[in-house]
Parts: sequence; structure tokens; C-alpha cells
Amino acid sequence: MPTSMETLLEVKNLKKHFPVSSSIPFKKSNQSVKAVDGVNFNVYSGETLGVVGESGCGKSTMARLINQLIKPTDGVVTFKNKNLVEMDAEMLRSTRKKIQMVFQDPYASLDPRLKVGQLIAEPLVIHKVETKESRRKRVEELLEIVGLNKRFADRYPHEFSGGQRQRINIARALALNPELIICDEPVSALDVSVQAQVINLLKQLQDQFQLTYIFISHDLNVVRYMCDRIAVMYLGKIVEIGTYEEIYSNPQHPYTKALFSAIPKKNPFEQKERIILKGTVPSPLNPPSGCHFHERCPVAMDICKAKAPKAITTENTHQASCHLVH
Amino acid sequence: MSESILNVKNLQVEFKSGSIITRAVNGVSFALNKNENIGIVGESGSGKSVTATSILRLIPSSSAKITGGEIILNGRDLLKLSNREMRKVRGNEISMIFQDPSTSLNPVFTVGNQLIETIRAHKKLTKKEAKQRAIELLELVGIPAPEKRINMYPHEFSGGMRQRVMIAIALACDPKILIADEPTTALDVTVQAQILNLMKDLQEKLDMSIIMITHDLGVVWEMCDQILVMYAGRVVESAKVEDLYHNPLHPYTWGLLESQITESQDSHAPLASIPGSPPDLSYEIKGCPFVDRCPYAQDICHNEAPKLIEPTEGHAVACHFQTETEKLERRENAYINGDTIRS
Ligand SMILES: Nc1ncnc2c1ncn2[C@@H]1O[C@H](COP(=O)(O)OP(=O)(O)OP(=O)(O)O)[C@@H](O)[C@H]1O
Ligand SMILES: Nc1ncnc2c1ncn2[C@@H]1O[C@H](COP(=O)(O)OP(=O)(O)OP(=O)(O)O)[C@@H](O)[C@H]1O
Ligand code: SF4
Ligand SMILES: [Mg+2]
Ligand SMILES: [Mg+2]
Repeated sequence: MPTSMETLLEVKNLKKHFPVSSSIPFKKSNQSVKAVDGVNFNVYSGETLGVVGESGCGKSTMARLINQLIKPTDGVVTFKNKNLVEMDAEMLRSTRKKIQMVFQDPYASLDPRLKVGQLIAEPLVIHKVETKESRRKRVEELLEIVGLNKRFADRYPHEFSGGQRQRINIARALALNPELIICDEPVSALDVSVQAQVINLLKQLQDQFQLTYIFISHDLNVVRYMCDRIAVMYLGKIVEIGTYEEIYSNPQHPYTKALFSAIPKKNPFEQKERIILKGTVPSPLNPPSGCHFHERCPVAMDICKAKAPKAITTENTHQASCHLVH
Repeated sequence: MSESILNVKNLQVEFKSGSIITRAVNGVSFALNKNENIGIVGESGSGKSVTATSILRLIPSSSAKITGGEIILNGRDLLKLSNREMRKVRGNEISMIFQDPSTSLNPVFTVGNQLIETIRAHKKLTKKEAKQRAIELLELVGIPAPEKRINMYPHEFSGGMRQRVMIAIALACDPKILIADEPTTALDVTVQAQILNLMKDLQEKLDMSIIMITHDLGVVWEMCDQILVMYAGRVVESAKVEDLYHNPLHPYTWGLLESQITESQDSHAPLASIPGSPPDLSYEIKGCPFVDRCPYAQDICHNEAPKLIEPTEGHAVACHFQTETEKLERRENAYINGDTIRS
């Protein structure tokens, strides 16, 4: 946990509704996919905030909104006390240097025609940082930081394994001395032992450069190891947020309870009581009324169908949105 | 002793590209028992998928070749069957859920079409009967409103639902053996739990054995009776899951167990991992394939390949050092945080 609770990023009522093309020609559709639907949270300097939730619940969309890779339908993203949503292009460009992303697929995210050195230097070139010679030096320095040989600068990405490519991605993300790195499933595509190496690297870099992370993952054990706090998303909303201990030892939302009960066994002898959810994630095209979870919730009441629950603070930093929480 | 229904003996598979030969599978043997599940784990590229696809003889014939071994199913060697006989085995006796879902569902046909096609290829049913059966199968794998969903295309399904459709297709003809290659890796834990539950249910109903390939040991603890650890195209350890968990014998297995992040992992200590990378399988490996990464390698490991031996019944390992004291001494200082090693 960071010592100071200085807010680096503040997200308020963030929404992204993707328009859906109508099946009738020339008729404008008024349907939309509510991928992110009113999300609020803070990220403190130096912490790691984990984001978990079922496939399709809006995690990646939220990441892209924070970085302003896509424009929100509504809401505010404040980074170091400045609202990114209303910034002019020039200002946004220079602020965005401080927010970088690392993506899931280490194979797809590197242009195969560029050499590793060019790939890592690309952000420097785009932002016109440093001269050509000093860029080369910086690339070598970055390769060393992520534990790769500096001779690799002259090779192509296909010559590297998944773990090595993810290191290249991380070097690229570090090039502009960011303060916030959003990692979208950075280790999901990797082998267990390689995964451990990349996670160790991310932790070590965080200490070395005082980085703040938003860490999206579907592996709850990885999240526990990496994160100070976690946010649990369900269908475009954050349903629970708090420190890992708060949520793990005392989950409040029925979805969070089901999620944690679904972690695979830690040994062949463990007896697990599973809460198996019925059905699949409802479509964000027609989200259910009231609480988005009510159709699958094992303890839903009448009010859940009618009214969306508000976020209630249960202890310190722990908040949950469920009618059963007081 | 339980009765085995599938016996893989000394399987060898090679890929050829120009003059380069990759020995992807190099002498793999195992037996699958009736009503039991076997889990195959091992590093990426260790030959798990190639082993599985070779059992069904579905490796790309242009570049790959099964160069040795036997695959015995009900007294017949599958490697000696004609293509026609082999087609009957696929789906009817053994079916497979492939690692890459995009290769197994055709985007231009509806889900129903693909299911009905599979059913009719194996069973003498009318179109109408096959459709009825398809709806039943979708219902069985937990797809809501199957009568409607049957007319939809794969892209209209979420990832988890597509995975269930593939399971439905694999189960269409009541196979006795199901090979599932990373069936839940792309899914989140709640959907994974749903699908594993489903597979267990079906196993009981259909009296089926499963070969489960995964990199998640949690899935193995959940589903399997036996476990096979592969490294560089070879089996380096095999045992009952309980025995492997309590008493892993191979240094690679130790590394694998230590690299898994568990609930009790201290989040201030670095994770254990296995430094280095596996050997290039296009070169001949003289000694132990793990030698470059093994913290205990001795001269003999560089020069002589360790044989798969069975120090205790039912628990096999391929490593030169297997007396109790050797093992304990060496394991004491295994990997980074030796204190987390189970005793
Ligand atoms: N460009 C787009 N146009 C329309 N819908 C979109 C678009 N991008 C995402 N969506 C939809 O928004 C929802 C949220 O998607 P998102 O990729 O954010 O999910 P996710 O939580 O990251 O899932 P996963 O765990 O599978 O990566 C999904 O229903 C998706 O289909
Ligand atoms: N089509 C192919 N052409 C050439 N080599 C191949 C081909 N498919 C697999 N190989 C090689 O065979 C070896 C075993 O591959 P396989 O796919 O069985 O690994 P795996 O254990 O399933 O790995 P993963 O965990 O990544 O799925 C690898 O070294 C791989 O490079
Ligand atoms: S044979 Fe030698 S190199 Fe191979 S695993 Fe055993 S000790 Fe390590
Ligand atoms: Mg995503
Ligand atoms: Mg594979």
C-alpha cells in the first residue's frame, strides 16, 4: 500500500456506449452497447489497482477510455488534477506520455516489420524526445532494465518467445518515463514459469521507478499477488472495490462471492463449496433492469429487479453495490 | 489394477521444414484408464498438443510425421488403421476439443448446421432427428434458449458460449474418450468452473475418460486422477495426482509447482521461476533435456539421457538422481524461495 494517499487518477461517472448499426437501411438505430456504464474510482500514487470481472464486462474498454484511446460518452477522467476529457489535442499529447499501456497478446502487439530497437524507440520518435544517437542509448538502457540483452535491438520480434516479447512491450511502455501503466491481461498468454518472470519484473520496476499500475487480469491469484486494491466489474459497472484483504476475507457482493469461490483448487485434497452461476453474462445491449446481476444472483429479491443499488461503504475503503449491503 | 482403454507407447513425431527436423514428440508413453482422467502439463512447446492430435492422426500431413510408436485402442493400433477406419474412430470413440477455437468452428455456418452435420456424419438419423439431438446437446452444455440459438452464427456467441458449443460438438456421438486441449484457458474463472462442472457431470452420465491438457495445475487437481509432466517432447514425470503433489520427483516439476501463484504466496517475496528456456528440438539432445536450466545438473546429466524409471510403483521419473538423500539435499535449496517448498 502506498504511504501517502495522493490521488493520481480520478474517474467519475465514466460511460462508453457504442452505437449499434441498425439492420434496417437508412434508419438510425437507437440501440447501443453499454460497455462501460457509470464507473467511479480513484487510483493512488504508487499503488496497483487490480480490475477483475467476467469476459465482456468492459475492462478493456475502461482501460482505453482512461488513456483516451477512445472518447467517453460521458464522464470525467482526471489525471494529476487535470481533466483529460476536455483537454485540447496538444495538451493531451503531452499528458498522455505519462500514461502507457501493456496489452495481453505479446504476439499481436508488436509490428513484425520493425526491429526491436525501432519498436522501443517509436514512442520517443512520435513525441520527438531526444536525438537519434541518444535514442539508441536510451533503447539499450531500456533493454537492460527489462532484462534483455542490448544486442537484441537489431533483431525482429518473431525471433523472440512470448515472455521476451512481453518484456519488449514493457520496455516500450517505459520509454517515456510514465507514471501510470495500464496492464491489460499482461501475462494471460504466457506459460506459468514465464508468467512468474514477467510479474517479478513488473514489481521490480514499480519499486525502481515509483510506478502506479492498473492491472487487468482474470487470474485472481495473480491479482492478489500484484495488487493493493481490486475493483470487481460486472456488465459495465464496478460492483465492489476495496483492498484485497477486505474483499477476499469479507466479500459483500454476491457476484464477488461467486467469483472467489470459482478459483481452482490449490491441491488435490481441497474440498471446495462452489457457487456456480446460472446462465451466461447478459448482453450489454439490453442490460437487465435494476441490478444488472439480478437474473443470475442466487439471493436476488424483488427490489433488485426494480432498482439499481447504490455504492455503499462498508468499512474503510471497502465499497459494494448491492441491496443486501448496508 | 484399473483397466486401461488407451495405451500410447513410445510415440515419436517429427516436423520437417526444409532440412530442419524438429522432434516435437520423442518417446511418449502413457495409459488412460477406464473412467479416469489424465492431465498433461508442461511448458509451452513441450509437445502436449502434438501428442494429442497424433492420437487422432490429425497432425498436418505435409510437414509432420509419426515416425514411431503405437497407439492401442481396444486392442487395435490406431497408427495401422486405414484412413476410412480412422474416420470412424474420430468422433465415435475419441473426440477432441481443440486449443484454438477459431480453427474448429466455421464462421459461415450456423452453430446448428455444424452440430447437425457432425451428428449425421456419425449416426444414421434423419435431418429432423439430428436437429432435435443438436438442441438437446446445446441444452446439455447449458446454452439458454437452444431452439433459438441453433440458428445463430459463431460470432454471435460469447467466448464462453463458443467453447460450450465446441464441447457439444465433441460430445455429439457419445465418445468413450474426450481429449480437451486447454478447454478453459481463454475463459474467466466463473465460466471455467461452470464448464469443468459440466464435464464432470457428463463424464458420469456418459461413462467417458478425459485427457485434459492445461497449464493450470488447479484444473488438474480438480479434474484428474493421473498427471503427466512433459518437457521437450518427453514425459519427465508421471504419477497419481496426489503422489505428484506430495512427492514431486523431477526438478522441472518442482519449478512448475513453485511457479504457480497460490493464495498463500507472500506478495512481498519475488515469485519462483525457472530461468532460461527449453532446448531447441531441432538439435539432437545428448543428455538430459533440462540440463541447462537444472540447478542440480552434474557431469552425467550432460552426457547421458536419464531413462524413465519407477522408483515407487506407479510414479515414474526421468532424472539421474533419485535416492532419498540426493533428492532431499538438492531440493532444500531449490529455486528462489526454498522456504515455500512443500514437505
Ligand atoms: N468497438 C466496439 N463496438 C461495439 N461494441 C464493443 C466495441 N468494443 C467493445 N465492445 C463491447 O463492449 C463490451 C465490453 O468489451 P471489453 O472488451 O471492454 O470487455 P472485457 O471486460 O475487456 O472482456 P475480456 O475479458 O473478454 O477481454 C463487450 O460486450 C464488447 O462486445
Ligand atoms: N505446424 C508445425 N510446424 C512446425 N513445428 C511445429 C508445428 N506445430 C508444432 N510444432 C512444434 O512442435 C513442438 C511441440 O508443439 P506443441 O504445439 O505440441 O506444444 P504444446 O506443448 O501444446 O505448447 P502450448 O502449451 O504452447 O500449447 C514445438 O516445438 C513446436 O514448435
Ligand atoms: S538428470 Fe540431471 S539435469 Fe536432468 S533433471 Fe535430473 S539432475 Fe537435472
Ligand atoms: Mg479485455
Ligand atoms: Mg498446445
